[in-house]
Amino acid sequence: MNTRQLLISLWTMVVKEVRRFVRIWPQTLVPPSITMTMYFIIFGNLIGSRVGEMHGISYMSYIVPGLIMMSVITNSYSNVASSFFSNKFQRSVEEMMVSPMPNWVILAGFVIGGAARGLGVGLIVTIVSFFFTDLNLHHPLVTLAVVIMTAMLFSIGGFINALLAKKFDDISIIPIFVLTPLTYLGGVFYSIDLLPQFWQNVTMINPILYMVNAFRYGILGISDIPVGGALIAIAAFIVVLWSLALWMLNRGKGIRS
Amino acid sequence: MAEPALSIRGLTKVYGNGFEALKGIDLDVPQGDFFALLGPNGAGKSTTLGIVCSLVQKTAGQVSIFGIDIDKDFAKAKYALGVVPQEFNFSQFEKVEDIVLTQAGYYGMPLKEAKPRCERLLKDLGLWDKRNGAARMLSGGMKRRLMIARALIHRPRLLILDEPTAGVDIELRRSMWEYMRRINEEEGTSIILTTHYLEEAESLCRNIAIINHGEIIKNTSMRGLLTELDTETFLLDLAEPLETTPVIEGFEIERVDSHQVALSVRKGTNLNDAFQQLTEQGVRVLSMRNRANRLEELFVSMTSQPETSKGIDSESAQSTQAKETAS
Repeated sequence: MNTRQLLISLWTMVVKEVRRFVRIWPQTLVPPSITMTMYFIIFGNLIGSRVGEMHGISYMSYIVPGLIMMSVITNSYSNVASSFFSNKFQRSVEEMMVSPMPNWVILAGFVIGGAARGLGVGLIVTIVSFFFTDLNLHHPLVTLAVVIMTAMLFSIGGFINALLAKKFDDISIIPIFVLTPLTYLGGVFYSIDLLPQFWQNVTMINPILYMVNAFRYGILGISDIPVGGALIAIAAFIVVLWSLALWMLNRGKGIRS
Repeated sequence: MAEPALSIRGLTKVYGNGFEALKGIDLDVPQGDFFALLGPNGAGKSTTLGIVCSLVQKTAGQVSIFGIDIDKDFAKAKYALGVVPQEFNFSQFEKVEDIVLTQAGYYGMPLKEAKPRCERLLKDLGLWDKRNGAARMLSGGMKRRLMIARALIHRPRLLILDEPTAGVDIELRRSMWEYMRRINEEEGTSIILTTHYLEEAESLCRNIAIINHGEIIKNTSMRGLLTELDTETFLLDLAEPLETTPVIEGFEIERVDSHQVALSVRKGTNLNDAFQQLTEQGVRVLSMRNRANRLEELFVSMTSQPETSKGIDSESAQSTQAKETAS
Protein backbone atom coordinates (compact mmCIF):
# COMPACT_ATOMS: atom_id res chain seq x y z
CA MET A 1 0.00 0.00 0.00
CA ASN A 2 1.26 3.47 -0.75
CA THR A 3 1.18 6.26 1.85
CA ARG A 4 -2.18 7.60 0.69
CA GLN A 5 -3.78 4.15 0.82
CA LEU A 6 -2.31 3.58 4.28
CA LEU A 7 -3.78 6.86 5.51
CA ILE A 8 -7.18 6.04 4.02
CA SER A 9 -7.19 2.61 5.65
CA LEU A 10 -6.13 4.05 9.03
CA TRP A 11 -8.78 6.77 8.78
CA THR A 12 -11.37 4.10 7.93
CA MET A 13 -10.40 2.08 11.00
CA VAL A 14 -10.61 5.13 13.28
CA VAL A 15 -13.97 6.27 11.86
CA LYS A 16 -15.36 2.75 12.28
CA GLU A 17 -14.22 2.60 15.91
CA VAL A 18 -15.50 6.07 16.79
CA ARG A 19 -18.80 5.38 15.02
CA ARG A 20 -19.20 2.25 17.16
CA PHE A 21 -18.92 3.92 20.55
CA VAL A 22 -20.93 6.96 19.45
CA ARG A 23 -23.71 4.69 18.11
CA ILE A 24 -24.04 3.05 21.53
CA TRP A 25 -23.50 6.26 23.55
CA PRO A 26 -25.97 5.27 26.30
CA GLN A 27 -23.63 2.35 27.07
CA THR A 28 -20.30 4.04 26.44
CA LEU A 29 -20.48 7.75 27.23
CA VAL A 30 -23.31 8.23 29.72
CA PRO A 31 -22.61 5.63 32.46
CA PRO A 32 -19.05 6.80 33.26
CA SER A 33 -20.28 10.38 33.47
CA ILE A 34 -22.99 9.40 35.95
CA THR A 35 -20.59 7.27 38.01
CA MET A 36 -18.05 10.09 38.21
CA THR A 37 -20.77 12.58 39.17
CA MET A 38 -21.63 10.28 42.07
CA TYR A 39 -17.96 10.26 43.13
CA PHE A 40 -17.90 14.06 43.02
CA ILE A 41 -21.06 14.34 45.11
CA ILE A 42 -20.27 11.65 47.66
CA PHE A 43 -16.47 11.70 48.03
CA GLY A 44 -15.85 15.27 46.99
CA ASN A 45 -18.79 17.19 48.39
CA LEU A 46 -20.16 15.18 51.31
CA ILE A 47 -17.12 13.31 52.68
CA GLY A 48 -14.52 15.68 51.21
CA SER A 49 -15.79 18.60 53.28
CA ARG A 50 -14.93 16.58 56.42
CA VAL A 51 -11.51 15.51 55.06
CA GLY A 52 -10.29 19.06 54.62
CA GLU A 53 -7.25 19.83 52.48
CA MET A 54 -4.63 17.58 50.94
CA HIS A 55 -1.26 19.13 50.07
CA GLY A 56 -2.93 22.50 50.67
CA ILE A 57 -5.67 21.83 48.12
CA SER A 58 -9.36 21.14 48.78
CA TYR A 59 -10.14 17.44 48.75
CA MET A 60 -12.62 17.90 45.91
CA SER A 61 -9.99 19.53 43.69
CA TYR A 62 -7.44 16.91 44.76
CA ILE A 63 -9.51 13.94 43.57
CA VAL A 64 -10.68 15.48 40.26
CA PRO A 65 -7.51 14.64 38.25
CA GLY A 66 -7.52 11.10 39.63
CA LEU A 67 -11.17 10.58 38.71
CA ILE A 68 -10.62 11.96 35.21
CA MET A 69 -7.66 9.62 34.80
CA MET A 70 -9.67 6.71 36.17
CA SER A 71 -12.35 7.24 33.51
CA VAL A 72 -9.74 7.57 30.78
CA ILE A 73 -8.05 4.32 31.83
CA THR A 74 -11.17 2.19 32.18
CA ASN A 75 -12.86 3.51 29.04
CA SER A 76 -9.80 3.25 26.78
CA TYR A 77 -9.21 -0.28 27.95
CA SER A 78 -12.76 -1.53 27.83
CA ASN A 79 -13.47 0.11 24.47
CA VAL A 80 -10.74 -1.76 22.64
CA ALA A 81 -11.20 -4.98 24.59
CA SER A 82 -14.90 -5.02 23.84
CA SER A 83 -14.70 -3.77 20.26
CA PHE A 84 -11.93 -6.11 19.14
CA PHE A 85 -13.45 -9.09 20.90
CA SER A 86 -16.81 -8.33 19.26
CA ASN A 87 -14.98 -8.28 15.93
CA LYS A 88 -13.55 -11.69 16.76
CA PHE A 89 -16.88 -13.00 17.99
CA GLN A 90 -18.82 -11.79 14.93
CA ARG A 91 -15.87 -12.79 12.72
CA SER A 92 -15.79 -9.30 11.21
CA VAL A 93 -12.09 -9.29 12.09
CA GLU A 94 -11.81 -11.36 8.90
CA GLU A 95 -12.77 -8.24 6.91
CA MET A 96 -9.50 -6.71 8.06
CA MET A 97 -7.45 -9.87 7.75
CA VAL A 98 -8.33 -10.49 4.10
CA SER A 99 -7.53 -6.88 3.20
CA PRO A 100 -4.01 -5.66 2.35
CA MET A 101 -3.95 -3.42 5.45
CA PRO A 102 -0.76 -3.98 7.44
CA ASN A 103 -1.21 -5.20 10.99
CA TRP A 104 0.20 -2.01 12.45
CA VAL A 105 -2.63 -0.06 10.83
CA ILE A 106 -5.20 -2.42 12.36
CA LEU A 107 -3.57 -2.01 15.78
CA ALA A 108 -3.26 1.77 15.40
CA GLY A 109 -6.90 2.02 14.34
CA PHE A 110 -8.12 0.24 17.45
CA VAL A 111 -5.73 2.14 19.72
CA ILE A 112 -6.74 5.55 18.35
CA GLY A 113 -10.42 4.56 18.56
CA GLY A 114 -10.01 3.43 22.18
CA ALA A 115 -8.01 6.52 23.09
CA ALA A 116 -10.72 8.67 21.48
CA ARG A 117 -13.36 7.16 23.74
CA GLY A 118 -11.13 7.43 26.81
CA LEU A 119 -10.36 11.07 26.07
CA GLY A 120 -14.00 11.77 25.17
CA VAL A 121 -15.23 10.40 28.48
CA GLY A 122 -12.35 12.20 30.24
CA LEU A 123 -13.54 15.45 28.69
CA ILE A 124 -17.14 14.83 29.79
CA VAL A 125 -15.96 14.10 33.34
CA THR A 126 -13.84 17.26 33.27
CA ILE A 127 -16.87 19.31 32.23
CA VAL A 128 -18.95 17.71 35.00
CA SER A 129 -16.22 18.54 37.52
CA PHE A 130 -16.64 22.25 36.71
CA PHE A 131 -19.98 22.06 38.52
CA PHE A 132 -18.17 21.09 41.71
CA THR A 133 -14.83 22.88 41.65
CA ASP A 134 -12.58 25.27 39.72
CA LEU A 135 -9.68 23.79 37.78
CA ASN A 136 -6.69 25.71 36.50
CA LEU A 137 -4.21 23.94 34.28
CA HIS A 138 -0.82 24.15 35.89
CA HIS A 139 1.11 22.52 33.03
CA PRO A 140 -1.12 22.10 29.95
CA LEU A 141 1.53 20.22 27.96
CA VAL A 142 2.23 17.73 30.75
CA THR A 143 -1.52 17.26 31.26
CA LEU A 144 -2.12 16.57 27.57
CA ALA A 145 0.93 14.34 27.19
CA VAL A 146 0.03 12.22 30.21
CA VAL A 147 -3.65 11.81 29.37
CA ILE A 148 -3.02 10.96 25.70
CA MET A 149 -0.21 8.52 26.48
CA THR A 150 -2.24 6.85 29.22
CA ALA A 151 -5.24 6.48 26.91
CA MET A 152 -2.99 4.91 24.27
CA LEU A 153 -1.31 2.61 26.76
CA PHE A 154 -4.55 1.17 28.10
CA SER A 155 -6.02 0.90 24.63
CA ILE A 156 -3.09 -1.34 23.70
CA GLY A 157 -3.67 -3.30 26.91
CA GLY A 158 -7.32 -3.80 25.97
CA PHE A 159 -6.25 -4.99 22.52
CA ILE A 160 -3.91 -7.64 23.94
CA ASN A 161 -6.64 -8.77 26.33
CA ALA A 162 -9.12 -9.15 23.46
CA LEU A 163 -6.60 -11.02 21.30
CA LEU A 164 -6.11 -13.59 24.05
CA ALA A 165 -9.77 -13.74 25.10
CA LYS A 166 -11.79 -16.79 24.11
CA LYS A 167 -15.11 -15.75 25.66
CA PHE A 168 -16.75 -12.53 26.81
CA ASP A 169 -15.88 -13.27 30.46
CA ASP A 170 -12.20 -13.08 29.56
CA ILE A 171 -12.42 -9.39 28.69
CA SER A 172 -13.89 -8.47 32.06
CA ILE A 173 -11.40 -10.36 34.25
CA ILE A 174 -8.51 -7.89 33.86
CA PRO A 175 -10.64 -4.75 34.37
CA ILE A 176 -12.32 -6.18 37.48
CA PHE A 177 -9.45 -7.98 39.15
CA VAL A 178 -6.45 -5.93 38.01
CA LEU A 179 -7.36 -2.47 36.71
CA THR A 180 -9.93 -1.50 39.32
CA PRO A 181 -7.77 -2.38 42.38
CA LEU A 182 -4.68 -0.77 40.84
CA THR A 183 -6.64 2.39 40.03
CA TYR A 184 -8.20 2.68 43.49
CA LEU A 185 -4.81 2.04 45.08
CA GLY A 186 -3.04 4.35 42.64
CA GLY A 187 -3.56 7.53 44.63
CA VAL A 188 -6.84 8.62 43.06
CA PHE A 189 -8.43 9.41 46.43
CA TYR A 190 -5.39 9.99 48.64
CA SER A 191 -1.77 11.02 48.74
CA ILE A 192 0.62 8.15 49.34
CA ASP A 193 2.17 10.25 52.11
CA LEU A 194 -0.79 9.07 54.20
CA LEU A 195 0.39 5.48 53.95
CA PRO A 196 2.94 3.79 56.25
CA GLN A 197 6.40 3.58 54.68
CA PHE A 198 6.01 -0.13 53.81
CA TRP A 199 2.79 0.43 51.86
CA GLN A 200 4.27 3.52 50.23
CA ASN A 201 7.05 1.30 48.88
CA VAL A 202 4.54 -1.30 47.70
CA THR A 203 2.46 1.39 46.01
CA MET A 204 5.50 2.56 44.06
CA ILE A 205 5.30 -0.56 41.88
CA ASN A 206 1.79 0.36 40.78
CA PRO A 207 2.11 1.95 37.31
CA ILE A 208 -1.22 3.75 37.62
CA LEU A 209 0.19 5.75 40.54
CA TYR A 210 2.61 7.42 38.11
CA MET A 211 -0.10 8.27 35.61
CA VAL A 212 -2.49 9.69 38.20
CA ASN A 213 0.22 11.74 39.86
CA ALA A 214 1.72 13.02 36.63
CA PHE A 215 -1.75 14.07 35.52
CA ARG A 216 -2.44 15.68 38.90
CA TYR A 217 0.83 17.55 38.54
CA GLY A 218 -0.28 18.87 35.13
CA ILE A 219 -3.53 20.20 36.58
CA LEU A 220 -2.72 21.11 40.20
CA GLY A 221 1.07 21.31 40.19
CA ILE A 222 1.46 18.69 42.97
CA SER A 223 2.68 15.11 42.74
CA ASP A 224 3.86 12.28 44.97
CA ILE A 225 6.42 11.14 42.39
CA PRO A 226 8.92 12.74 39.95
CA VAL A 227 6.93 13.69 36.83
CA GLY A 228 9.78 13.31 34.31
CA GLY A 229 10.35 9.71 35.37
CA ALA A 230 6.62 9.03 35.13
CA LEU A 231 6.46 10.28 31.55
CA ILE A 232 9.45 8.15 30.56
CA ALA A 233 7.93 5.11 32.28
CA ILE A 234 4.59 5.54 30.47
CA ALA A 235 6.38 5.94 27.11
CA ALA A 236 8.44 2.81 27.81
CA PHE A 237 5.29 0.83 28.67
CA ILE A 238 3.71 1.99 25.41
CA VAL A 239 6.70 0.81 23.37
CA VAL A 240 6.80 -2.58 25.11
CA LEU A 241 3.05 -3.27 24.90
CA TRP A 242 2.80 -1.98 21.31
CA SER A 243 5.62 -4.31 20.26
CA LEU A 244 3.99 -7.22 22.07
CA ALA A 245 0.56 -6.55 20.54
CA LEU A 246 2.01 -6.25 17.04
CA TRP A 247 4.05 -9.41 17.45
CA MET A 248 0.95 -11.29 18.58
CA LEU A 249 -1.05 -9.90 15.67
CA ASN A 250 1.66 -10.87 13.18
CA ARG A 251 1.68 -14.37 14.62
CA GLY A 252 -2.10 -14.51 14.30
CA LYS A 253 -2.51 -15.21 18.03
CA GLY A 254 -6.17 -15.71 18.83
CA ILE A 255 -7.36 -14.93 15.32
CA ARG A 256 -5.75 -17.43 12.93
CA SER A 257 -5.97 -21.20 13.17
CA MET B 1 1.06 -18.07 -21.02
CA ALA B 2 -0.91 -16.06 -18.46
CA GLU B 3 -0.21 -16.81 -14.82
CA PRO B 4 -3.00 -18.85 -13.20
CA ALA B 5 -5.42 -16.87 -11.07
CA LEU B 6 -4.54 -19.28 -8.28
CA SER B 7 -1.67 -21.72 -8.12
CA ILE B 8 -1.18 -24.07 -5.18
CA ARG B 9 1.78 -26.40 -4.77
CA GLY B 10 2.30 -28.96 -2.02
CA LEU B 11 -0.09 -27.20 0.34
CA THR B 12 -0.14 -28.86 3.73
CA LYS B 13 -2.00 -27.97 6.88
CA VAL B 14 -1.64 -29.75 10.17
CA TYR B 15 -3.74 -28.29 12.97
CA GLY B 16 -2.51 -28.02 16.55
CA ASN B 17 -4.34 -31.21 17.54
CA GLY B 18 -2.35 -33.15 14.93
CA PHE B 19 -5.19 -33.37 12.39
CA GLU B 20 -3.78 -33.26 8.86
CA ALA B 21 -6.39 -31.23 6.98
CA LEU B 22 -4.40 -30.89 3.75
CA LYS B 23 -1.89 -33.46 2.54
CA GLY B 24 0.25 -31.54 0.06
CA ILE B 25 -2.32 -30.57 -2.55
CA ASP B 26 -1.57 -29.08 -5.99
CA LEU B 27 -4.15 -26.98 -7.79
CA ASP B 28 -4.30 -24.48 -10.65
CA VAL B 29 -7.20 -22.19 -11.43
CA PRO B 30 -6.73 -20.52 -14.82
CA GLN B 31 -7.46 -16.82 -15.28
CA GLY B 32 -11.08 -16.11 -16.18
CA ASP B 33 -12.21 -19.55 -15.05
CA PHE B 34 -15.36 -20.41 -13.14
CA PHE B 35 -13.93 -23.18 -11.00
CA ALA B 36 -15.70 -25.54 -8.62
CA LEU B 37 -13.91 -26.84 -5.55
CA LEU B 38 -16.10 -29.57 -4.17
CA GLY B 39 -15.82 -32.01 -1.35
CA PRO B 40 -17.75 -33.39 1.60
CA ASN B 41 -17.79 -31.54 4.91
CA GLY B 42 -14.37 -31.60 6.54
CA ALA B 43 -12.61 -32.57 3.29
CA GLY B 44 -10.31 -29.52 3.34
CA LYS B 45 -12.11 -26.98 1.12
CA SER B 46 -12.45 -24.25 3.70
CA THR B 47 -8.93 -24.84 4.99
CA THR B 48 -7.57 -24.43 1.46
CA LEU B 49 -9.54 -21.24 0.87
CA GLY B 50 -8.75 -20.00 4.38
CA ILE B 51 -5.03 -20.26 3.62
CA VAL B 52 -5.49 -18.42 0.31
CA CYS B 53 -7.35 -15.62 2.16
CA SER B 54 -4.86 -15.48 5.07
CA LEU B 55 -7.40 -16.66 7.63
CA VAL B 56 -5.57 -19.93 8.20
CA GLN B 57 -1.81 -20.39 8.54
CA LYS B 58 -0.35 -23.01 6.25
CA THR B 59 2.06 -25.63 7.51
CA ALA B 60 3.92 -26.01 4.21
CA GLY B 61 3.57 -25.38 0.51
CA GLN B 62 3.29 -22.48 -1.86
CA VAL B 63 0.31 -20.33 -2.88
CA SER B 64 0.43 -17.76 -5.68
CA ILE B 65 -2.35 -15.42 -6.73
CA PHE B 66 -1.85 -14.18 -10.30
CA GLY B 67 1.80 -15.14 -9.95
CA ILE B 68 2.31 -13.29 -6.66
CA ASP B 69 3.66 -15.60 -3.97
CA ILE B 70 1.69 -14.91 -0.77
CA ASP B 71 4.83 -15.51 1.29
CA LYS B 72 6.63 -12.73 -0.59
CA ASP B 73 3.96 -10.04 -1.03
CA PHE B 74 0.66 -11.04 0.51
CA ALA B 75 -0.59 -7.44 0.57
CA LYS B 76 -0.24 -7.16 -3.22
CA ALA B 77 -1.87 -10.54 -3.72
CA LYS B 78 -4.78 -9.54 -1.51
CA TYR B 79 -5.67 -6.66 -3.83
CA ALA B 80 -6.54 -9.27 -6.45
CA LEU B 81 -8.69 -11.27 -4.06
CA GLY B 82 -12.34 -10.93 -3.02
CA VAL B 83 -13.82 -13.32 -0.48
CA VAL B 84 -17.39 -14.35 0.26
CA PRO B 85 -17.12 -16.71 3.23
CA GLN B 86 -19.46 -19.43 4.32
CA GLU B 87 -20.43 -17.76 7.62
CA PHE B 88 -21.71 -14.22 7.98
CA ASN B 89 -18.68 -12.22 9.04
CA PHE B 90 -19.73 -8.60 9.27
CA SER B 91 -20.82 -6.52 12.21
CA GLN B 92 -24.54 -7.09 12.56
CA PHE B 93 -24.96 -3.62 14.02
CA GLU B 94 -23.37 -1.64 11.19
CA LYS B 95 -25.39 -0.12 8.39
CA VAL B 96 -25.34 -2.00 5.08
CA GLU B 97 -23.70 0.83 3.17
CA ASP B 98 -21.11 1.40 5.92
CA ILE B 99 -20.06 -2.25 5.78
CA VAL B 100 -19.27 -2.02 2.07
CA LEU B 101 -17.63 1.42 2.28
CA THR B 102 -15.53 0.39 5.27
CA GLN B 103 -14.21 -2.56 3.30
CA ALA B 104 -13.30 -0.19 0.47
CA GLY B 105 -11.40 1.90 2.99
CA TYR B 106 -9.44 -1.14 4.16
CA TYR B 107 -8.15 -1.41 0.59
CA GLY B 108 -7.17 2.26 0.60
CA MET B 109 -9.94 3.19 -1.84
CA PRO B 110 -10.93 6.88 -1.57
CA LEU B 111 -14.55 7.52 -0.56
CA LYS B 112 -15.11 9.52 -3.76
CA GLU B 113 -14.38 6.38 -5.79
CA ALA B 114 -15.96 3.91 -3.37
CA LYS B 115 -19.37 5.59 -3.04
CA PRO B 116 -20.53 5.26 -6.68
CA ARG B 117 -19.09 1.73 -6.87
CA CYS B 118 -20.94 0.81 -3.68
CA GLU B 119 -24.18 2.29 -5.04
CA ARG B 120 -23.87 0.27 -8.24
CA LEU B 121 -23.17 -2.98 -6.41
CA LEU B 122 -25.99 -2.51 -3.91
CA LYS B 123 -28.39 -1.70 -6.74
CA ASP B 124 -27.24 -4.69 -8.81
CA LEU B 125 -27.71 -6.96 -5.82
CA GLY B 126 -31.07 -5.51 -4.78
CA LEU B 127 -29.86 -4.00 -1.53
CA TRP B 128 -29.96 -0.28 -2.30
CA ASP B 129 -33.26 0.24 -0.46
CA LYS B 130 -31.73 -1.38 2.63
CA ARG B 131 -28.52 0.65 2.61
CA ASN B 132 -29.34 2.66 5.74
CA GLY B 133 -30.61 -0.29 7.77
CA ALA B 134 -28.55 -2.34 10.21
CA ALA B 135 -27.20 -5.56 8.69
CA ARG B 136 -28.92 -7.67 11.33
CA MET B 137 -32.30 -6.62 9.88
CA LEU B 138 -31.54 -8.28 6.53
CA SER B 139 -32.87 -11.69 5.54
CA GLY B 140 -30.39 -14.56 5.11
CA GLY B 141 -30.32 -14.15 1.33
CA MET B 142 -29.74 -10.42 1.63
CA LYS B 143 -26.87 -10.98 4.02
CA ARG B 144 -25.24 -13.28 1.48
CA ARG B 145 -25.67 -10.65 -1.23
CA LEU B 146 -24.22 -8.03 1.10
CA MET B 147 -21.10 -10.17 1.44
CA ILE B 148 -20.88 -10.41 -2.35
CA ALA B 149 -21.13 -6.61 -2.68
CA ARG B 150 -18.47 -6.20 -0.01
CA ALA B 151 -16.16 -8.69 -1.70
CA LEU B 152 -16.47 -6.92 -5.07
CA ILE B 153 -16.03 -3.33 -3.89
CA HIS B 154 -12.30 -3.20 -4.69
CA ARG B 155 -12.71 -4.87 -8.11
CA PRO B 156 -10.94 -8.17 -7.33
CA ARG B 157 -9.70 -10.28 -10.23
CA LEU B 158 -10.28 -13.49 -8.28
CA LEU B 159 -13.47 -14.01 -6.32
CA ILE B 160 -13.78 -16.83 -3.81
CA LEU B 161 -17.35 -17.88 -3.12
CA ASP B 162 -17.58 -20.31 -0.22
CA GLU B 163 -21.12 -21.71 -0.36
CA PRO B 164 -22.63 -18.38 -1.40
CA THR B 165 -26.17 -19.72 -1.87
CA ALA B 166 -26.46 -21.81 1.29
CA GLY B 167 -29.93 -21.35 2.74
CA VAL B 168 -31.07 -19.18 -0.15
CA ASP B 169 -34.43 -19.93 -1.83
CA ILE B 170 -34.39 -21.27 -5.36
CA GLU B 171 -35.57 -18.07 -7.07
CA LEU B 172 -32.93 -15.95 -5.39
CA ARG B 173 -30.32 -18.64 -5.96
CA ARG B 174 -30.93 -18.53 -9.68
CA SER B 175 -30.71 -14.74 -9.76
CA MET B 176 -27.40 -15.00 -7.88
CA TRP B 177 -26.18 -17.52 -10.46
CA GLU B 178 -26.99 -15.05 -13.20
CA TYR B 179 -25.08 -12.34 -11.37
CA MET B 180 -22.03 -14.55 -10.83
CA ARG B 181 -22.10 -15.69 -14.42
CA ARG B 182 -22.25 -12.06 -15.54
CA ILE B 183 -19.24 -10.90 -13.52
CA ASN B 184 -17.31 -13.93 -14.76
CA GLU B 185 -18.18 -13.51 -18.43
CA GLU B 186 -18.48 -9.73 -18.77
CA GLU B 187 -15.91 -8.52 -16.29
CA GLY B 188 -13.52 -11.44 -16.62
CA THR B 189 -13.43 -12.09 -12.88
CA SER B 190 -12.04 -15.53 -12.11
CA ILE B 191 -14.30 -17.33 -9.65
CA ILE B 192 -13.71 -20.24 -7.31
CA LEU B 193 -16.95 -21.71 -6.00
CA THR B 194 -17.54 -24.20 -3.26
CA THR B 195 -21.07 -25.45 -2.87
CA HIS B 196 -23.11 -28.38 -1.72
CA TYR B 197 -25.64 -27.71 -4.50
CA LEU B 198 -24.01 -29.78 -7.21
CA GLU B 199 -26.53 -28.56 -9.75
CA GLU B 200 -25.08 -25.11 -9.11
CA ALA B 201 -21.53 -26.27 -9.80
CA GLU B 202 -22.61 -28.17 -12.91
CA SER B 203 -24.50 -25.20 -14.24
CA LEU B 204 -21.87 -22.53 -13.56
CA CYS B 205 -18.40 -24.04 -13.57
CA ARG B 206 -16.10 -24.96 -16.44
CA ASN B 207 -13.47 -26.76 -14.38
CA ILE B 208 -13.69 -28.73 -11.19
CA ALA B 209 -11.57 -30.19 -8.43
CA ILE B 210 -12.87 -32.64 -5.88
CA ILE B 211 -11.12 -32.79 -2.54
CA ASN B 212 -11.54 -35.55 -0.02
CA HIS B 213 -9.63 -36.38 3.17
CA GLY B 214 -7.23 -33.49 2.42
CA GLU B 215 -6.31 -34.72 -1.06
CA ILE B 216 -7.38 -33.66 -4.53
CA ILE B 217 -8.99 -36.79 -5.95
CA LYS B 218 -10.14 -35.26 -9.22
CA ASN B 219 -9.08 -32.15 -11.13
CA THR B 220 -10.48 -31.83 -14.61
CA SER B 221 -12.99 -30.01 -16.80
CA MET B 222 -16.66 -30.24 -15.88
CA ARG B 223 -17.49 -31.64 -19.33
CA GLY B 224 -14.71 -34.22 -19.04
CA LEU B 225 -15.89 -35.28 -15.64
CA LEU B 226 -19.49 -35.70 -16.69
CA THR B 227 -18.45 -37.98 -19.55
CA GLU B 228 -17.07 -40.33 -16.90
CA LEU B 229 -20.59 -41.00 -15.72
CA ASP B 230 -21.20 -44.62 -16.79
CA THR B 231 -24.82 -44.91 -15.89
CA GLU B 232 -27.67 -42.42 -15.60
CA THR B 233 -30.89 -43.26 -13.84
CA PHE B 234 -34.19 -41.82 -15.04
CA LEU B 235 -37.52 -41.87 -13.25
CA LEU B 236 -40.41 -42.61 -15.61
CA ASP B 237 -43.95 -41.54 -14.65
CA LEU B 238 -46.49 -43.98 -16.03
CA ALA B 239 -50.04 -43.42 -17.27
CA GLU B 240 -51.47 -46.66 -15.86
CA PRO B 241 -50.57 -48.48 -12.63
CA LEU B 242 -48.19 -51.45 -12.87
CA GLU B 243 -48.66 -54.67 -10.99
CA THR B 244 -45.30 -56.18 -11.97
CA THR B 245 -42.02 -54.72 -13.13
CA PRO B 246 -41.64 -54.85 -16.94
CA VAL B 247 -38.57 -56.60 -18.31
CA ILE B 248 -36.59 -54.60 -20.88
CA GLU B 249 -33.70 -56.21 -22.64
CA GLY B 250 -30.40 -54.32 -22.32
CA PHE B 251 -31.60 -52.08 -19.45
CA GLU B 252 -32.00 -52.33 -15.72
CA ILE B 253 -35.44 -51.38 -14.56
CA GLU B 254 -36.81 -51.18 -11.04
CA ARG B 255 -40.36 -50.52 -9.84
CA VAL B 256 -40.52 -47.47 -7.52
CA ASP B 257 -44.29 -47.57 -7.00
CA SER B 258 -47.36 -48.44 -9.02
CA HIS B 259 -47.00 -45.33 -11.23
CA GLN B 260 -43.22 -44.98 -11.41
CA VAL B 261 -40.20 -47.03 -12.51
CA ALA B 262 -36.48 -46.25 -12.38
CA LEU B 263 -34.61 -46.93 -15.62
CA SER B 264 -30.80 -47.22 -15.56
CA VAL B 265 -29.17 -46.35 -18.86
CA ARG B 266 -25.53 -47.12 -19.56
CA LYS B 267 -23.42 -44.57 -21.45
CA GLY B 268 -23.89 -44.90 -25.23
CA THR B 269 -27.09 -46.90 -25.02
CA ASN B 270 -29.90 -45.96 -27.37
CA LEU B 271 -32.78 -44.79 -25.20
CA ASN B 272 -35.28 -45.34 -28.03
CA ASP B 273 -34.89 -49.11 -27.54
CA ALA B 274 -36.20 -48.83 -24.02
CA PHE B 275 -39.24 -46.81 -25.06
CA GLN B 276 -39.96 -49.18 -27.93
CA GLN B 277 -39.93 -52.19 -25.60
CA LEU B 278 -42.09 -50.40 -23.05
CA THR B 279 -44.60 -49.46 -25.76
CA GLU B 280 -44.71 -53.08 -26.97
CA GLN B 281 -45.58 -54.14 -23.40
CA GLY B 282 -48.37 -51.56 -23.26
CA VAL B 283 -46.60 -49.27 -20.81
CA ARG B 284 -47.29 -45.59 -21.54
CA VAL B 285 -44.72 -43.09 -20.22
CA LEU B 286 -46.07 -39.64 -19.35
CA SER B 287 -42.83 -37.95 -18.31
CA MET B 288 -39.24 -38.65 -17.29
CA ARG B 289 -36.51 -36.94 -15.25
CA ASN B 290 -33.06 -37.66 -13.83
CA ARG B 291 -33.21 -39.42 -10.48
CA ALA B 292 -30.23 -37.31 -9.31
CA ASN B 293 -28.08 -34.56 -10.73
CA ARG B 294 -25.38 -36.10 -12.92
CA LEU B 295 -22.55 -34.46 -11.01
CA GLU B 296 -24.12 -35.60 -7.77
CA GLU B 297 -24.01 -39.22 -8.90
CA LEU B 298 -20.31 -38.92 -9.71
CA PHE B 299 -19.53 -36.97 -6.56
CA VAL B 300 -21.17 -39.52 -4.31
CA SER B 301 -19.43 -42.42 -6.02
CA MET B 302 -16.02 -40.72 -5.71
CA THR B 303 -16.22 -39.40 -2.19
CA SER B 304 -17.83 -42.46 -0.67
CA GLN B 305 -14.75 -44.56 -1.45
CA PRO B 306 -12.83 -45.07 1.79
CA GLU B 307 -9.42 -45.07 0.13
CA THR B 308 -8.78 -42.18 -2.22
CA SER B 309 -6.95 -42.82 -5.41
CA LYS B 310 -4.68 -39.98 -6.37
CA GLY B 311 -6.76 -39.01 -9.34
CA ILE B 312 -5.38 -35.87 -10.95
CA ASP B 313 -6.10 -36.80 -14.54
CA SER B 314 -3.37 -37.01 -17.09
CA GLU B 315 -4.36 -33.78 -18.86
CA SER B 316 -4.19 -31.80 -15.65
CA ALA B 317 -1.00 -33.47 -14.50
CA GLN B 318 0.69 -32.65 -17.80
CA SER B 319 -0.30 -29.00 -17.61
CA THR B 320 0.99 -28.82 -14.05
CA GLN B 321 4.28 -30.33 -15.10
CA ALA B 322 4.56 -27.90 -18.02
CA LYS B 323 4.07 -24.91 -15.73
CA GLU B 324 6.61 -26.15 -13.23
CA THR B 325 9.14 -26.62 -16.00
CA ALA B 326 8.42 -23.18 -17.38
CA SER B 327 8.93 -21.54 -14.02
